[in-house]
Formats: sequence, C-alpha cells, structure tokens
Amino acid sequence: MKRNLLLIIVLLVVASALPFVLSNYRTFQATLVMVYAIALLGLNMLTGYNGQISLGHGAFYAIGAYCTAILMDRFGVPYWATLPVAGAVCLAAGFLFGLPALRLEGLYLALATFALGVSLPQLLKYHHLEKVTGGVQGIVIAKPEPPLGLPLNPDQWLYFFTLAVALAMFALAWNLLRGRIGRAMVAIRDQHIAAEAMGVNNALVKSLTFGVSAMYTGVAGALGAIAIQFVAPDSFNIFLSIVFLVGIVIGGLGSISGAIYGALFIQFVPNIADEISKAAPWAIFGVFMIGFVYLMPTGVAGAVRMALARLSRNAENR
Amino acid sequence: MDAFLHQVLAGLATGGIYASLALALVMIYQATHLVNFAQGEMAMFTTYLAWSLLNAGLPYWLAFFLTVLLGFVLGVLIERVVIRPVENAPVLAVVVVFIALLVILNSVTGWIYTYTIKPFPSPFPKEPLFGKYMSSHEAGAIGVTLVVLLLLYAFFRFTPLGLALRAAAQNPESARLVGIRVGWMLALGWGLAAAIGAVAGMMVAPIVYLDPNMMGGVLLYAFAAALVGGIDSPMGAVIGGFLVGVLENVLGAFVIGNELKLAVALVLIIGVLVVKPSGFFGKVHVTRV
Amino acid sequence: MAFLEAAALHASYGQTQVLHGISFAMEEGTITTLLGANGAGKTTTLRALCGMVRTEGEVRFGGVRIDGRATEDIVRLGIAHAPDGRGTFVNLSTEENLRLGAYVRRDRDLVEQDLERIYGYFPRLRERREQQAGTLSGGEQQMLAVSRALMLRPKLMLLDEPSFGLAPLLVRELFAILRAINQREQVSMLLVEQNAAMALDLADHAYLIETGRVVLAGSSTELKKNDAVRRSYLGY
Repeated sequence: MKRNLLLIIVLLVVASALPFVLSNYRTFQATLVMVYAIALLGLNMLTGYNGQISLGHGAFYAIGAYCTAILMDRFGVPYWATLPVAGAVCLAAGFLFGLPALRLEGLYLALATFALGVSLPQLLKYHHLEKVTGGVQGIVIAKPEPPLGLPLNPDQWLYFFTLAVALAMFALAWNLLRGRIGRAMVAIRDQHIAAEAMGVNNALVKSLTFGVSAMYTGVAGALGAIAIQFVAPDSFNIFLSIVFLVGIVIGGLGSISGAIYGALFIQFVPNIADEISKAAPWAIFGVFMIGFVYLMPTGVAGAVRMALARLSRNAENR
Repeated sequence: MDAFLHQVLAGLATGGIYASLALALVMIYQATHLVNFAQGEMAMFTTYLAWSLLNAGLPYWLAFFLTVLLGFVLGVLIERVVIRPVENAPVLAVVVVFIALLVILNSVTGWIYTYTIKPFPSPFPKEPLFGKYMSSHEAGAIGVTLVVLLLLYAFFRFTPLGLALRAAAQNPESARLVGIRVGWMLALGWGLAAAIGAVAGMMVAPIVYLDPNMMGGVLLYAFAAALVGGIDSPMGAVIGGFLVGVLENVLGAFVIGNELKLAVALVLIIGVLVVKPSGFFGKVHVTRV
Repeated sequence: MAFLEAAALHASYGQTQVLHGISFAMEEGTITTLLGANGAGKTTTLRALCGMVRTEGEVRFGGVRIDGRATEDIVRLGIAHAPDGRGTFVNLSTEENLRLGAYVRRDRDLVEQDLERIYGYFPRLRERREQQAGTLSGGEQQMLAVSRALMLRPKLMLLDEPSFGLAPLLVRELFAILRAINQREQVSMLLVEQNAAMALDLADHAYLIETGRVVLAGSSTELKKNDAVRRSYLGY
C-alpha cells in the first residue's frame, strides 16, 4: 500500500514537470493521452469490471464532445462549465441506453452497441439537425486561455486542467470500485445469478454502471473537444469505438492502470504504425494488436502484475 | 404501387446477400460462439481477388468459381493461422483479434488496389427481366443466393462430413469421442463461411460498386438479420436477411429517407433484442443454476 | 502383455491434483469395474485413458503407448467412450447420433448391419430414431450413449456411470445387454460405477479407488466378500 502511494506521488511529480520540458505539440499529445485514459476508464468500468461489452462508446465520447462544442459555440458557455453538463447528459444517455440493454447479454449487447456506434455519425450528419450540429462541417471552438496571472501558455494550461480533472475522476473511480458498488459490479460479471440471489439489484447496478461509464467517456469527449478545438461527425465513427475497446483489452481489463497503458497504446502506436508504413498504417496497427493479444492476453496491466509478482517471489526466495 | 413493388423486389435481392452473410456469421457462431467481425472484410477482399482475375482476362464464371475456391482457402488459413492460437484466450481478446483482421484486410486491400471506386461486372444481362420491377442482376442475385443456400443445406443434412461439422460445432468433446478431428472441422466451417462471403461480395459489388469500405453497411444489416432470425438458427438467419433487405429498402424509400438507413438497423436490432432476445427462430436458452 | 494397462497415472485439473498414481490392468474380453465414491477420481481415470485430460504416467493399449495422444486418434485404435453425462448430441436425431458413432469406420455395409443389431438390442431407440436426441428420456439417452459407443465396433468400451439416473429395473436390463455384448461380440469393457452392487455382479474384476489412488484390487467375487467394501459400498 505504501509502495503504491509512493509510486503515485512520483508519477504526479513527473507528470507535473512534463509540460515544462516537452514541446507544445508533445504536451498536446500528453493531454490527449489523459483524455483517452479517462474514456478508457469509463469503458473499463463497464466491460472489465461489470462484464458488459460495448462497441459503441465512441458514441458517448461524441455526445460529450458535441455538448461542449454546442454550448461553447452557440451559447457562449465557458469551457470548464461544459464538463459537468457533458457528464450529466452522458450519464442520463448511458443509463437510458442501459435500461433496455439490460436484457441483452454478451454478444447481443455487443451488437446493439455496435449499431449505436455505427449510426451516431449518420445522425450527426442528418441535415434536419444541421443547425445545431453543424452537419458534415462540424463546429470549431476557441482555445481556452489560462486564467489571469498564471505564467503558462494555453497548451500547458490545458494539460494541467486535464490532469486535474483526470486525477479527480480516477480517484472517484478508485473509490467506487473498491466499495460496495464495485464489488456488486464484479459479482454480476462473474456470477450474475448468484449475485441476484444474494440481494444485488442487478438491473439497477447494470444500468448505473452503463450510466457512469458513459459519463466518464462523455467527459473525456468534452475534454478532447476542447483540446482539439474541433468536432465533426466523421471523427466519431465506429473506428473510435473499436479503438477504445482495443485500448482496454491491450491495457488490461478490470484494472485502473490498464486505462493508462491503453491510452498510451492508442495515442502512440498509430503514429508508430504510420511511420512504418504510410500506405497501410491500419494494417500495421492491426498487426500490433494481434501481437499484443498473443503475447499479453491479459493486457499490459496483467503482464506487469505477473512480472512484479515474479520479481517479489524471487526476492523472497533469496 | 409500382414503386413499392420495385422496392420490395430490390429488397429481396439485397436481402439475399444479407441472408448469405448472416448465414456465414451464424455458421461461425454455432461452431465457436464467436461473432466474426471480419466477415465483411473477408468477403470484400475476395471480391477484389475476383476483380483481379477478371482483369487478367478470365471469363466471368471461371473467375467466380476460382474466387469461391480462393475464399475457402482464405477462410481455412485464417482459422488455422490467426484464430487457432488464441482459441483459449479470453473472449474480448479474441474480439480484438477479429477486429485486427478486419482492419488489416481493409487497409491491405486499400493499399494494393487503392481506394478508387471500381465498377464490378454482373454476369446477368443488362435488360430487365420482369419489366420495370427488377433488374436481371437483382433476379440473378436472388437465384445465386438460393442455389448457395440449397447446396449448403444439402451438404449439412445429407453428407457424413456435414453431419460431422454439425456435431463438432454443437459438442466438440463428444465429437472427439467419435473420432472427429474438431480442429479441422472448425477450419472447414471457416472455409465455407468465407466461400459464402465471397459469393455475397460478388453479388453485391455490381450494385454498390467495388470499394474497400463497401461491406461495412452490409455487415451491419447481416448482423441485424442474424439477430432477428436468432443467432443460432441458420434458417432464421436466411429469413432474417430477406426481411431486413425488404425493410431497409421500403423504409428507406418511403419513410425515413436514405440518410438514416443505418439508424434503422439500430432500432431494429434493439427492438428485436428487447422484445425477443433469442430472435424469431432461435432457441431460448434456459440457464441452469 | 495385458490388453490395457495404466501405470502410475497422475492427473490434475489446474492446480488440483486428482489422480495420485493410479495403476491397473485388464485382460482382453473381460469386464472390469472401477468403484469408488463421488470425487474419487474414477471419471478422471477414464478421461485420462482417452487423452481428455493431461496426465503423467503410462497407458498402454495392446502393448502400444497411447498416453499423450489425441482423443481422435485413440478412438481410431478401437476405444469407444460413453462419457460422464452421456455426451449426447442433443440437437441431432437419435439415428444421426448413432451414425456418428461409426464416423471413423470405412465399411459402409457392416455399419448398416450394426445399426440394425443395435436397434435389436434397444427397440426403444428404433422407435425414436428420427426424434431429436435431446428430447429422449434419461434412460433412453443412456442407451443411446452405450449404443453410439458400440457403433464403433470397439475392441474396448469405456463406460462412465451407465446406471446414473436409471431406475433399478432399467439398470438390470442394460447390464444384461452389456454382458450379452461382451460374451457374443468379445467387446472388453471398463466400467466406472458408483452403484457397487450392480457393478460387481456384472464385472469379472474390480478396482476400488479412493481419493485418486487404487486401494483394493481383485476379482469381483473377492471384493464382494471384503468387509470394508461391504460396509462402505454395499451397505451391509
């Protein structure tokens, strides 16, 4: 326990120093890693801890992003105030989607969410909604300025803002997952009939999990929109949902650190793939995916855990 | 009325294609309890192979059968080389592998053949067969689909190998106990599914034009069809396919416009799953506690 | 050289070790039974013989080592297994189940003859030949499991708790048929049973297994007279 706390403090110190050492572009990339980490944490809660597969979380990311964009652009709401709204909207949307989805297990839920992920861009492009959504062109938003007095450039400010939000959300998740609700979620994943028999309200917990998971991904979407300063329907197609799923599997299901490993993977590996082959980057990305699954079926977090366990066993045996 | 009839018939034609793909999905699901998310891209890739063969000057039907054969081999190879090693990995890890396959096939095809849309020939004459109601290609596509489905049915029902394949899919352990080589049965199943996909791809390409992304929407409709029919019922998948095809066309033309056609699939899927989770023809699974 | 021999079989399911060095042998043409309480390792022993669970130790059939081989190959050597839980192909018809039993055979005509002969032993199966096997009663599925194994024309049949869930009268009927098949067709049988009394009546030899070890071996007559066996397994 103490070792973990120490590790977190070290990471925080390093994280806080990064924007001052890295270029603006790299700081921007680091901000995106945190954004994806929050999104992946949301998906991991649903899929890793609660066992409900979602191939449509890109849709919630999009909803959060569009909330922010519409509020900032059409209604002049300040960027930080859009976050709770995006969160609330996605919480409701996730909960509402989760309700009929309750009756669906595994494969069927995957397909229903897949359909959600595929059709949302179509909805966003729908010409009757163009006035609000900006149609195919999307919406451009202004970059937030650091609050008065702080000697930071906008990229650095955004980095710290995102870091603060990420810390808060990770702490919240950590609390949630350790507590009764977290145990209920895992119980449902592992033995849902026994869980129900023991008094867990499966329906409520599952829908709530969907809602909270959507909320996390929605807030990530909002932060992402602010960072990238642009939303358009084609940025949120089914591939985004797929990439999120890949992220949590490779990062490690059912683990909080997995969200971070996954975010690093989905932010940087496509760039590496692009450098290896300009012509077919996704093919290389696919090869990386298969490679990771073959070598680390329990994800990076799982591999790290096993390596640490082996190290501590070796230390004991000496 | 005319327009309606035309939409229904065109819907049956595309429905046949959805039915074929849905059947391929159900076959793999029955054998492995996994959904082959890469089914569409496999079909697309083999259609491009057909295009290459045609470009090299082969007559249509020779290229057709050669492509079906190549599709079969592709399916077997994928099962043996890509899927077999992760047989015992957690479900989601296998899903990631399927997705990786999807992505690799899509990207490699785009790289080899470029993303320019190409026309794909139809073997059927240009003149419409039934007046203004249906083009010859649409009628031909329905015909080809039905032939494929009949051949498959006969294979499974009347041949020892078909019986062994069914047995291996339903109960691999018992199948081993009667000497069936379950691993090779799986590969055979994948080969057949890929071959069906190849036929579906070659039938749909003349309608939607050849392009690496052509199967995305088709796959979604095939999913919808498989679910509506019941994911473990081959007959359900076929009927579901025709149903979805007709609904897509009729609703798209008269009710919601073409822009939201995919959203129709979403509503359909969720609706069916809420009302009848096992589909119309699937078996309701009773879980023993 | 014994017909079937197992030497020092160890088997585990994951971390739990179930067999701790089982050894036994049987002669051709005999019926041998493995007795023991629930969880003793009897089913695991049969599964080990068939290559369905990873084992250490040796298994020889007709002098040839078969441990480590795939189940599908062991079947081709003439060993048929009617497994724990019957292993019925529930969505296939009764006759399809039976024909699958003969999957590895090449002699088409003889297969048809065997089918008729099986229907002769078990007329109830002929009545239900087109019916979906999953809808058969427990007893009928048990007959089906035994019949499917017979369709292989095996040299050795492994039977896992054939009396399970059957009324005593049916068990007697079934065991009488098994004895007849053993005598007429020279099929050797290795029977795993919890129902010690009936098993000892049918079998020539018996082994008693407790927590993964053989604790007693002998002819069935000897075991029937053994005090410990009588008290623990025969109830008197």
